Amino acid sequence: MTDLIGLTLADARTALLEKRVSSMELTGALLSAMAAARPLNAFVTQTPERALAMAAESDARLARGEARSLEGLPLAIKDLFCTKGVRTTAGSRILENFVPPYESTVTQNLWGAGAVLLGKTNMDEFAMGSSNETSYFGPVANPWRAEGSNQTLVPGGSSGGSASAVAADLCLAATGTDTGGSIRQPAAVTGTVGLKPTYGRCSRWGIIAFASSLDQAGPMTKTVRDAAILLRHMASVDPLDSTSVDIPVPDYEAVVDSGVKGLRIGIPKEYRVDGAPPEIDTLWQKGADWLRAQGAEIVEVSLPFTKYALPAYYIVAPAEASSNLARYDGVRYGHRARDVRDIGELYERSRGEGFGKEVRRRILIGTYVLSAGYYDAYYARAQKVRTLIARDFDAAFTGCDALLTPATPGPAFALGEKTQDPVSMYLNDIFTVTVNMAGLPALSVPAGLTMGGLPLGLQVIGKAFDEAMVLRVGRALELAAQFRAKPKSWWLA
Amino acid sequence: MNAPVKSSKYIRGESGDWEVVIGLEVHAQVVSKAKLFSGAATDFGAPPNSQVSFVDAAMPGMLPVINRRCVEQAIRTGLGLRAKINPVSVFDRKNYFYPDLPSGYQISQYKQPIVGEGEVIIDLPGGETATVGIERLHLEQDAGKSLHDQHADYSYVDLNRAGVALMEIVSRPDMRCADEAVAYLKKLRAILRYLGTCDGNMEEGSLRADVNVSVRRPGADLGTRCEIKNVNSLRFIAQAIEYEARRQIEIVEGGGTVKQETRLFDSRAGETRSMRSKEEAHDYRYFPDPDLLPLELDAAWIKAIAASLPELPDEKKARFIKDYGLSAYDAGVIVAERELADYYEVMARGADAKLAANWLNNEILGRLNKQGLSIGDCPVSAEANHAIIAMTSDGTISGKIAKDLLDIVWAEGGDPRTVVEARGLRQVTDTRAIEEAVERVIAANPDKVAQAKAKPKLAGWFVGQVMKETGGKANPQAVNAVLKARLELPEEG
Repeated sequence: MTDLIGLTLADARTALLEKRVSSMELTGALLSAMAAARPLNAFVTQTPERALAMAAESDARLARGEARSLEGLPLAIKDLFCTKGVRTTAGSRILENFVPPYESTVTQNLWGAGAVLLGKTNMDEFAMGSSNETSYFGPVANPWRAEGSNQTLVPGGSSGGSASAVAADLCLAATGTDTGGSIRQPAAVTGTVGLKPTYGRCSRWGIIAFASSLDQAGPMTKTVRDAAILLRHMASVDPLDSTSVDIPVPDYEAVVDSGVKGLRIGIPKEYRVDGAPPEIDTLWQKGADWLRAQGAEIVEVSLPFTKYALPAYYIVAPAEASSNLARYDGVRYGHRARDVRDIGELYERSRGEGFGKEVRRRILIGTYVLSAGYYDAYYARAQKVRTLIARDFDAAFTGCDALLTPATPGPAFALGEKTQDPVSMYLNDIFTVTVNMAGLPALSVPAGLTMGGLPLGLQVIGKAFDEAMVLRVGRALELAAQFRAKPKSWWLA
Repeated sequence: MNAPVKSSKYIRGESGDWEVVIGLEVHAQVVSKAKLFSGAATDFGAPPNSQVSFVDAAMPGMLPVINRRCVEQAIRTGLGLRAKINPVSVFDRKNYFYPDLPSGYQISQYKQPIVGEGEVIIDLPGGETATVGIERLHLEQDAGKSLHDQHADYSYVDLNRAGVALMEIVSRPDMRCADEAVAYLKKLRAILRYLGTCDGNMEEGSLRADVNVSVRRPGADLGTRCEIKNVNSLRFIAQAIEYEARRQIEIVEGGGTVKQETRLFDSRAGETRSMRSKEEAHDYRYFPDPDLLPLELDAAWIKAIAASLPELPDEKKARFIKDYGLSAYDAGVIVAERELADYYEVMARGADAKLAANWLNNEILGRLNKQGLSIGDCPVSAEANHAIIAMTSDGTISGKIAKDLLDIVWAEGGDPRTVVEARGLRQVTDTRAIEEAVERVIAANPDKVAQAKAKPKLAGWFVGQVMKETGGKANPQAVNAVLKARLELPEEG
């Protein structure tokens, strides 16, 4: 096998089962690629010893004919998933040396299916960011650069490390989490596939919380089929997560190639935003044409409350975060300030030193909107908006099977380009947050390149727990788009 | 509604009468093996931090899962308080920083408690009753314990109690004096213990009360209240109310105004002290806990719990008055503890019920109190006492011998009937045996005979001598009759 690291999850699975390659070889090749890709800063922690030990066990099982579904397939895990005995930082100084004594349900499911852990990927601190620039462990570089440019671009966020690792072939696939677009936006700007499942599809147990009512884990992969494979083994109902839902997990892979003939695909008119680059609109139109060409009917739908989604999101998410992050107080684990006089100073300095600027900003926003006298004006209203957004989708889905929208308002931007203006940064999630507010599944699939040669994605939104439909439509787009471009491996130079 | 307020409840100030208005917030620890949202144990007195799960310690990524048993106990309590059970209730987060609150928020119920309005009938001196309204009951987590006396420079934290389920039971401000507040708490405690939902142990902190006190002119609008936190004995509650009422009256009579604040009761000094004013009060930033779904109760489940409720103190008291002919007072004393009432019923079945009640209240409880024992520790079984009473009623033994017999079985154990036979304690009712004893005493004391004839009251001396002669077994009435006839004394008027 020549290009081991370039394999898709599906192809690697076949190669392992057919004994054309061993998990040790595959894992070794990816560990080498990771080591050579340090300039990307995609990983916070690499776990080569554990990876090789897991690969060896997988090879033994493969040899005995006892392979499990993901046997020997090396994955990268976002550093928001707690991994037993492996440092888990959430991209924050406050958890710089935190080693969980437990394993998240999602990663446990993956290891139970035979997958191999390569390492923990870099991310925006506590998943708060759209560019991976808020990480305490430094920004992640996007493997993609504009044609003829040496400028470093961001990989999106918050799952920027996972996106970068998948795009640069440092892993076969990765996990991400998506609270407002943190899987789909980085997937779109790195030419990879990212799926945010329905809220409740994957257990949140053991995933460090950002905004509990919005957080959801999902796969980040090279192909739509790979997303289908990985999701099946991430999803589960979990008695430890009261918000996980007891609906059987279907074999998504089996339906991925069912095609879109006879389906009705909705185009929400409110997703046409002023000031978006014409390329985005063009690609969106192209996507609709591709689906129509494959037998789908394209219908225009309306989601009138879309414009309130982003502002409401920036009330709900910080509110929940301000409470979720109260536990990082320097008392039991994590960063503790030295030489403090009293408990008040212990809190103030531990948290002040441990949290970065964006996290502090959101804790302040969240604390404010929940305060006495402001709750009704902000939090209670934002929750009402949420209900209205969900109704919008319910109404739209009475007339169609899935929705097609752009994934992001533009391609990857330059490092430092938006850090001074939080609102321009927040606007990156304009097409993705609405879906989190409604708890629906959505997929970002690479669909083309800009004039400058940077990837762009399209988003498919489905009904609750209809990930199968989302994957089907996504696969149809993938087939039509024939997205074959790869970033040039400048980091090897 | 409350019984008509009697003027004797008023407190006399320098400028006239004042009425005290009291409401109680009682925190009752739920009897449950596991905590409210984690599987950790709840045993009292375990080594510090030995009953702490990852959830209790608020480790990253941990999620609460409601304990069905605790919900059942809250429903059971609500039904016992004749309260409305809310089919839907919501858990909220109450946010504040303190080292013994690991997550930085307490999970409680704020706007939608599990139990709504109910009532408690309180027993007042003289067999009177009054009704105290219950405003609500909600479930919440207890905090851990901060230990400030373990080290000169550091405070320590014990999280064993963190997350233990509490029921907060809020009364209406329906009490008008310390005695009523004490009667309310006693009755509430009795109901909880009957239901088996709280062990009511105030020393171990299983039952704690916050007392709201305000004063007003009789019939005027409510005054400003102060909340006295965590008063942990009935005696202290009475002292705290008396002190606080006097303090407020003095302020108002001195031309000042009472400040709304939270106060502490210093049991050593016997006074309340300011803890924090309204201005310093926390802004708890309540919002619905996104980790927990609204709690929806199945009507059939509530019905099943209702069907399993034991007979409660009020019903039992009414039955004891009706079926056993007890006075309201005696019945009230006996039903105060379920074990005592059960004990009584075994004693009274088929026996003289009133005699049984007197026997229990005077002889058994007297001895238990002296030795600091509860009815559960009583060395003499209810069956044994039943036998003693039965033997007293049918004249087998005298009342005097009954007490001696109780002392014997109390100290040495054994079946009372066997003891009576073995020791020859049977009452002598045989007139010939008594006449013979009378003759012996008269023969031995001719001088006393003459005196008695002159002074009939001296006959009592002869009764004593005859009893002595018969080893206390003679029936005193029979002795009296024989003596009077023999000494030719006049019948008493």
